[in-house]
Amino acid sequence: MSTPLASPGRRRAADDATAGLGPRLRRVFPPGLLFALPFLVLFVLFLLWPMVQGVWMSLTDASLSAHDPSFVGLDNYTEALGDAEMWRTIWNTVWFTLVSTVPLVVVALGMALLVHTGLPGQWVWRLAFFAPYLLPVGVIGLLWGWLYQPDLGLYNHLLGAVGLDGYAWLSDESIAMYAIVIATLWWTVGFNFLLFLAALQAIPDHLYEAAALDGAGAWRRLWHVTLPQLRRITSVVTVLQILASLKVFDQVYLLTRGGPNGSTRPVVEYLYDMGFTGYRLGYASAISYVFFALIILASAVQFLALLRREK
Amino acid sequence: MTATTDVRVRPSRSSAVPAVRRARRTRPVPQRGPNLVLGAGRLSRTLALAALAVMALIWLLPMAWAVLTSFKSEQDASDPAHWFWPQGGFTLDGFRTVIERGDLPLWMLNSFLISAAVTALTVAVSALAGYAFSRTLFRGRRWLFTVTTLSILVPPQLLIVPWFQQMLTLDLVDTYAAVILPQTVAPVMVFILKKHFDTLPRELEEAARLDGAGHARIFWSVMLPLSRPMLAAVSIFVFIGAWNNFLWPFVSTSDPSLMTLPVGITSVKDAYGVQYAQTMASAVLAALPLVLAFVFFQRHIVKSVATTGLGGQ
Repeated sequence: MSTPLASPGRRRAADDATAGLGPRLRRVFPPGLLFALPFLVLFVLFLLWPMVQGVWMSLTDASLSAHDPSFVGLDNYTEALGDAEMWRTIWNTVWFTLVSTVPLVVVALGMALLVHTGLPGQWVWRLAFFAPYLLPVGVIGLLWGWLYQPDLGLYNHLLGAVGLDGYAWLSDESIAMYAIVIATLWWTVGFNFLLFLAALQAIPDHLYEAAALDGAGAWRRLWHVTLPQLRRITSVVTVLQILASLKVFDQVYLLTRGGPNGSTRPVVEYLYDMGFTGYRLGYASAISYVFFALIILASAVQFLALLRREK
Repeated sequence: MTATTDVRVRPSRSSAVPAVRRARRTRPVPQRGPNLVLGAGRLSRTLALAALAVMALIWLLPMAWAVLTSFKSEQDASDPAHWFWPQGGFTLDGFRTVIERGDLPLWMLNSFLISAAVTALTVAVSALAGYAFSRTLFRGRRWLFTVTTLSILVPPQLLIVPWFQQMLTLDLVDTYAAVILPQTVAPVMVFILKKHFDTLPRELEEAARLDGAGHARIFWSVMLPLSRPMLAAVSIFVFIGAWNNFLWPFVSTSDPSLMTLPVGITSVKDAYGVQYAQTMASAVLAALPLVLAFVFFQRHIVKSVATTGLGGQ
């Protein structure tokens, strides 16, 4: 068994990171702390401090216009809780998450299972399914805006070619959200696909060999070897996907600006709109923390669910 | 010594270096013998291939359509009667106009500089902290690591308002620094690298220690060389994330000459109105760098996502 490397008092002189410091300074800044220091400084400056500042701002009427912020207590929070538009954006966010997570996990799994069969053309499949993930969201906005264009876009032309009516994909309240989910599926499914593919490749061959020896056919091997082996990765991917979907903003903002009539506006866009278009930084901070509460709640529920399953 | 209990040592393979080399050389194992996943049946093979082909077609179609549009003239692009094949043949006009405007190459350069800076800073700072949490002892170490791990949950979207306020206070709005600095705090990368350092065998660094090497030397000459594949994976992941990051660069820059690619390109549509061929030409150009990188470095990028994408879970 190895010994601790930097046990106190031993071989201090060898720690060249602090060799230049006197003994007292070395006690205040042990070499380990020095290694962590650059990260800790950035962490405090750009994570911890902004979090605290956000709480403070949410208790003021801070604004992008000139006047000095004054303390308003919990007013922003009471306003937010009574703000029907905020609740609607939270519902939009949750709805997007519910509708997008299932296909983003299931389609990714299907793709990975198919590619993992070892059929020829591995390179092409991976390129086709993963390359969209590498497109900047700005490209997604331009590309899908064009694909969904009612008169000239590809999808309405394809529907027309088989004799169906086209849709006003992004300007029809009843389908705009689903149009965004489809674009998101196309854009990001490749990430989950690669995670599943890596997990599939990690399943030991001998499990398949043993099943084959026992006379299990391909379907039974899929059902009794592959899928059970993927159970853990499936829950992890689902958890990560839910958290990612709750943070949706970019593609919605670029495709519909949250419209038509706010029917696709997620809560992150609402806080952006309140803060940077409405200039109400204090109120936007309060909404930020309502959003954070949603994330923490989702994380906690999923953590407990995972814990129960692992037992 | 409680502090060492969480350090897992891999069951000793013969020695450290060959084990790492072996791992680096591992490539996807080619299928041999009867296909254990599909079985030998011709039918299932054909069906699976057909399903894959259909999926791939659906996924490739949007990109193909964008490329097709980008080579059309504006007239053909907005002609519903000949929506597929352009009447007037293909042209480079869309690309020419976009490149002559000059802002796209500038945004690409900005994106490259900013992503490179974010990657270098994040990886350097996270590797140092990962080493500190994995291999050194100091008061508060475990507590700080717990805080770091918990903060993985903090979404950047929560922080854009205070970050913006901060940049106003520091008078940094519309500077590279404003775009770069907040992106360099990546607790998840510290977590991943700490877990990675935990798995490295201790024999080599103990030998180095006996030769009088301190932490700095061990970190630089032992740990980093052993971690090259992991550092590459983390760097690729951070770079892609920074390259495609939208919300914060969007909030922190209003000067078009400082915009990154994902932000700048969204202003193209508004500027062009209904110039679809030009819009798609700029989309294709903006997509090109990372897609080309993927074509050439597919194996590395796939591996990067596979090792880093789960956040070390």
